[in-house]
Amino acid sequence: MKIRTLFFFSVAVLLSVGAFAQDDLMNLLEANTEESIHFTEATFKGSRLINGHTVETRKQGELEFLISHRFGRLNSGAYEFFGLDAANVRLGLEYGVADFLTLGVGRNSFEKTYDGFAKIKWLRQSKGKRVMPVSVVTFSSAAINTLTESSPGEFPDLTARMFYTQQLLIARKFGSALSLQIMPTLVHRNRIQEREGENDIYALGVGGRIKLTQRVSLNGEYYYRLNAEEYAEDDLNQLFNSLAIGFDIETGGHVFQLHLTNSRAMIEKGFIAETNGNFFAGDIHFGFNVSRVF
Amino acid sequence: MKNIIIIYLAFLVSNSLVAQDKFITQTGHTKFFSSAPLEDIEAHNNKVQSVIDFAKQEVVVSMDMQAFEFDKSLMREHFNENYVESEKYPKAIFKGTFSNGSPIDPTKDGAYTVTVEGTMTIHGVTQPVTTEGTIVINGAKVNAQTKFMIKVADHDIDIPKIVFHNIAEEVEVTVDLKYDPLNS
Repeated sequence: MKIRTLFFFSVAVLLSVGAFAQDDLMNLLEANTEESIHFTEATFKGSRLINGHTVETRKQGELEFLISHRFGRLNSGAYEFFGLDAANVRLGLEYGVADFLTLGVGRNSFEKTYDGFAKIKWLRQSKGKRVMPVSVVTFSSAAINTLTESSPGEFPDLTARMFYTQQLLIARKFGSALSLQIMPTLVHRNRIQEREGENDIYALGVGGRIKLTQRVSLNGEYYYRLNAEEYAEDDLNQLFNSLAIGFDIETGGHVFQLHLTNSRAMIEKGFIAETNGNFFAGDIHFGFNVSRVF
Repeated sequence: MKNIIIIYLAFLVSNSLVAQDKFITQTGHTKFFSSAPLEDIEAHNNKVQSVIDFAKQEVVVSMDMQAFEFDKSLMREHFNENYVESEKYPKAIFKGTFSNGSPIDPTKDGAYTVTVEGTMTIHGVTQPVTTEGTIVINGAKVNAQTKFMIKVADHDIDIPKIVFHNIAEEVEVTVDLKYDPLNS
């Protein structure tokens, strides 16, 4: 009995000596280490999901040059080369004033519109010492339509040409392959054309991306207008919710985004509130964004 | 019997009452340098954690991949997102034993050249590493330095042909760790 006890005791003692291996040193290191905050990076590859913005902001001191194209409609036929004969271009410059603040300006050939915006990052998704489930960014933009009047009195003064957009962008990266974003939006238009609905359009956007490979992702984006005007089926003026699908292809300093969308405009007021293409009737615009960060 | 138990207990206690032979750092420095035709890329990590144990001549090093800082934040993003996938593999771990013929006594000042043998785990892939290093003991301060090359492909890190921020097939890793005594 005593011998047995002694035997087990001996084994226990010997084990206690042998247990000090490198794993033990590793445990010791971990025990003496404070947990740090791990911020989620690269929720999306670019500052645009497709038409609209993502929660990605530029880092301080970085300048991004963005060229966006939307061609004509695919269903416009061979004579129009399936829309490629008609192109709208938006040129944009976006600058990271601070890591949490990006300012941008752009000019859209569609309706000859100039726009300026501010993106502010309020919350960053993180894990570790501080857990934050989502990234939250506010997007505020003002735009001015500089078209000459098609009829006298169309734009009585400058304010009649102004549009404003306020968005809340809430995104979460679910592991490296999947990111989702919701975008509650308010578009305010000082002056609207007949049959364009309300001055204030409320919309809820949803979107996301699935990474197909390390450098290619499939994106989708949909903006549902909460107070959309009712139209008859055959109404030529009817407006639609903006829908877009596309691919992001990343090659280091560039991100190429190729997409199909029923929206022609490349700023929020245009694609959220005034999309007149029916995606399912073939009113689809092929388009791309090319971004280069300096 | 009683005596035997006392001897055993003494033996157990002696295990935990070793001299000051463990040293720790939370602020070690690691640099990696990649020289590719398009550009040279350099990254620094000043939050490298390590414990060195002279009683067993062992060392472990842990690097938080997200703590590497680059010239351009976009490079950092690509490094974490596309190359080392730091979300899945947050840390690089080195475990090794060192020797310079005879065990190093941490109470004796001096510079020792050591051979370090161990394993390096990056991107979830573990590879054997053997490198030369220096350990300098100066009072209660210990400094360990080493430099070695890592083949990116050995750790299943894929380098596509068409990317702009291209990294070299072999990167040079420079480690500089300044330890303080670990009071356990």
